[in-house]
Amino acid sequence: MCTTCGCSGDGATYEGGEHPHHLHGHGAGHEHDHPHPHDHAHPHEAAHANGSLDYGSGPARSHAPGLSQARMVEIERNILSKNDAYAAANRTRFARDGVLALNLLAGPGAGKTTLLVETLKTLAESIPAAVIEGDQQTSHDADRIRATGTPAIQVNTGKGCHLDAHMVGHAVEHLNVAMGGVLFVENVGNLVCPAAFDLGENKRVTLLSVTEGEDKPLKYPDIFEKADMVLLTKTDLLPHLDVNVQALESNVRRVAPLARILHVSTRNGQGMAEWVDWLRAERRAMLDGLAAQAQARADMLRAAE
Amino acid sequence: MHEMSLCESLIGVIEESARREGFTKVSRVRVEIGRFAGVELPAMQFGFEVVARGTLAEGAVLDFVDVPGSAWCFDCGQTVTLNNRLDPCPQCGGVRLQPSGGTEIRLKDMEVF
Repeated sequence: MCTTCGCSGDGATYEGGEHPHHLHGHGAGHEHDHPHPHDHAHPHEAAHANGSLDYGSGPARSHAPGLSQARMVEIERNILSKNDAYAAANRTRFARDGVLALNLLAGPGAGKTTLLVETLKTLAESIPAAVIEGDQQTSHDADRIRATGTPAIQVNTGKGCHLDAHMVGHAVEHLNVAMGGVLFVENVGNLVCPAAFDLGENKRVTLLSVTEGEDKPLKYPDIFEKADMVLLTKTDLLPHLDVNVQALESNVRRVAPLARILHVSTRNGQGMAEWVDWLRAERRAMLDGLAAQAQARADMLRAAE
Repeated sequence: MHEMSLCESLIGVIEESARREGFTKVSRVRVEIGRFAGVELPAMQFGFEVVARGTLAEGAVLDFVDVPGSAWCFDCGQTVTLNNRLDPCPQCGGVRLQPSGGTEIRLKDMEVF
């Protein structure tokens, strides 16, 4: 979970290296200075309560169990509640800034980065955009994104198999996402684990390349289940494949009945206009919604004058 | 292997509870895992043993409580009980189902000292 503060480190690192505190253990009671500004509203205090979590600090506080009576305590708490709190803070921040945040999920090699590069070229000069790239290692993807002129930050998760909301909250601190912009979060290439972690996104987009075979949605339903949009990529390859694209599509519908499905190819441009139209429409709808909320609040405040 | 992250979060929740409830050792942990939560139980069991080392939950027994799955059927418009994610709707045979229950991953209770 939070690999930055108060938690055991599986060591996400951020480009620019402003996170030296990822590199040390958080022993109880040690000085905790953050060299980076914590201006996002995520509930850091919870993670830092009384300055110590015991990860890696040995069996402190344990004492001879025989001396006291065992008892049951009811907890009833969602194990992902901490991630969900960070996700809620990210969502609040995105709403404040009028940013449409998209979580892009897919297995490795489905064409996420290539799709992003082509999308950013199309959006250039009409809609501001920024990108968070999640990978275990290398900054290759962020380099490709920056080559389009779009600000990007690479998050390397180290051993981690997914991005979590805390990593995204920190990454956003290092990015200037313009008001009214679109933030693309390209998750770690993985059809399983990223599905469980809410990042605070407005919309989820799952990509599946047609080369991956028609049964993937049934084998990995979780990654499709909460998608708002499913992009079937590399459709230009269909003439060379035995894959039954109708079967593929009906398998997506089976596990994600509410998702919109588009067939796209960055090679021949199929579906790219519809995809970009969808982005523009989602951004417009989000901005209209936020403006209506702000207007309603303004009216309320004026009425109270 | 996001089960490892889940275990780290679980330990976090346990540590917070320890501060609140004032216990110092955990001997048994019961976790509800929904049928559709996407959690591999053996991986979770393994991850817990590793992550709990050096914490107040070291050596604690991790028990799983199965939570049955339920789903909304888009064809007959009902919530139905479902054993497997890809089973058809037991009411109408439809296959377009959205899981609505059995997705939880929740620390239920613990035996503590």
